[in-house]
Amino acid sequence: MKGFLAGLALALIIGAAPAAAEPLKVVASFSILGDMVERVAGDRIELTVLVGPGGDAHNFEPGPAHAAALADAKLLVVNGLGFEPWMVRLAAAARSKATYAVASFGINPREMDETPEHDHAHDHGHDEKGYPSVPHDFDPHAWQNAANGIVYVRNIAEALAKADPANADAYKANAAAYIAELKELDAWVRAEIGKVPPEKRKVITTHDAFGYFGDAYGVEFHAPLGFSGGAQPSAQALARLIDQIRAENIKALFIETLSDARMMETISRETGAEMGGALYSDALSPAGGKAPAYVAMFRHNVPLLVAAMLKD
Amino acid sequence: MMLYAALIEPFVEYGFMRRALVACLALALGAGPVGTFLVLRRMSLMGDAMGHAILPGAAIAFLVAGLSLWAMSLGGFVAGLTVALLAGIVSRVTALREDASLAGFYLISLALGVLIVSMRGSSVDLLHVLFGTILSVDDGALLLVAAIASVTLVTLAVIYRPLVIECFDPAFLRATTGGGTLWHFIFLTLVVLNLVAGFQALGTLMALGLMMLPAAAARFWAGAVWSLAALSIAMAFASGLIGLLISYNFSLPSGPSIILTAGGFYIGSILFGTRDSLRTRYFPRAHFHED
Repeated sequence: MKGFLAGLALALIIGAAPAAAEPLKVVASFSILGDMVERVAGDRIELTVLVGPGGDAHNFEPGPAHAAALADAKLLVVNGLGFEPWMVRLAAAARSKATYAVASFGINPREMDETPEHDHAHDHGHDEKGYPSVPHDFDPHAWQNAANGIVYVRNIAEALAKADPANADAYKANAAAYIAELKELDAWVRAEIGKVPPEKRKVITTHDAFGYFGDAYGVEFHAPLGFSGGAQPSAQALARLIDQIRAENIKALFIETLSDARMMETISRETGAEMGGALYSDALSPAGGKAPAYVAMFRHNVPLLVAAMLKD
Repeated sequence: MMLYAALIEPFVEYGFMRRALVACLALALGAGPVGTFLVLRRMSLMGDAMGHAILPGAAIAFLVAGLSLWAMSLGGFVAGLTVALLAGIVSRVTALREDASLAGFYLISLALGVLIVSMRGSSVDLLHVLFGTILSVDDGALLLVAAIASVTLVTLAVIYRPLVIECFDPAFLRATTGGGTLWHFIFLTLVVLNLVAGFQALGTLMALGLMMLPAAAARFWAGAVWSLAALSIAMAFASGLIGLLISYNFSLPSGPSIILTAGGFYIGSILFGTRDSLRTRYFPRAHFHED
């Protein structure tokens, strides 16, 4: 918070000075997008991340400082797919004239398992200017597939180039280098998961944030808390999950860094499955932590997952 | 056989159901009598204020020490007790009544807690932490709840007489022993302790439901203080048992199921209780009347 205020004060000072070429003001909704924007733009822009490292974007409560950052931003990078339900209201309250860049635009969205009877027929209108009015039944955690991460970076680079044509070449060059790195990451994740026999690729996590990861790399994820982690579990849901863990002899139990570990401890006690550690799913760690960047998040999560799945 | 699968098997098969049930029993033993005295002393809404006063203490402890059962319980206890004591002192040395001074202090405590939490930035969804779930009660939490229930019952046994006298005839107590302030504060401590116990299992506000609803419901069946307390304990435990079974069989969240079952007891008692219920008031001849 202090750093944020200091940054804001700095922004005000810079804003007051008559600069020749004022850097583009960009707001990213949460830490993972913030890291991607930083990789593409470097220090050519002035970046504000609304939900910083370690913050939960599902339950974010914006303050006046956040609205102020939005008010004079030119570009607003959001995940879309209903991940930031608070964004429309916040942007309206700030009278923001910023252009939206929807990072997940163009990926193949995954439906939430809870609503199987989804209407495919109608178009959800991904409006490039406004926050996409996606109904609340898509899984927003698309960045957990590194291939989607590449789409994210392309979208971000395109939006930056459009908003700041003077630096367009630099953005494109940075994005190309970053995308090459992500392709390598994607191949590495596949190779690592490939070490685990398919029938053992089953993992329990606290909330369903790894659906895209599971689809892309062939791992089965189960969660007692559902998608947004908001609901209280019923005794029945917990009992069925425990039955499943016993029946399929699942050994990989994980908590996510943003969630309450007590439920997982109960499951661990009940089934004898051991806790495999904490996975980063919806937010990065602060700088110096275990997963301070998007790529580092995979490098942290994947070895933990592989080790736990190989255990039995 | 179906009945066995629905009612018995969940407790045989799953340790978390057994722990939840034991936690309900311990909570009922402590919260039942405390709730009874709150109702008798016309302090039913005070529990609500204390519940809010505990929240910031636990939240601050969480930010300092992480998800530690003992730190959060201690934080909640200290915050709740501080608010209760300050409110009691102000109402005794100034003209302000206790309910008003209590409202003042708990609101300050609540706002202070929210302020500190926001300043540190919320790294974990605090609501999750603050609204415990009875399905993930572990050994430590169970010990804490059981210890608090024991302390509550023993303490109430010791201060039972003066506390009852103060409920019905405060002037007599003042004349004979020089005032009920001491008993009042010991009782407030018990209220805070039991809310802290419930907070681990159900969350502060839900824990209040297990304290107040059975106590208010008992009022429609019993007259003597000890029978009110015993009935409150029985109804609170029954709410826990039935609520857990509802949560298991109908796939509903456990905390609200338990409290809504207690709410069912309460409404049923208002309608059909043997003392001063709607039934006895408006259909007195439809059944045997004890007078």
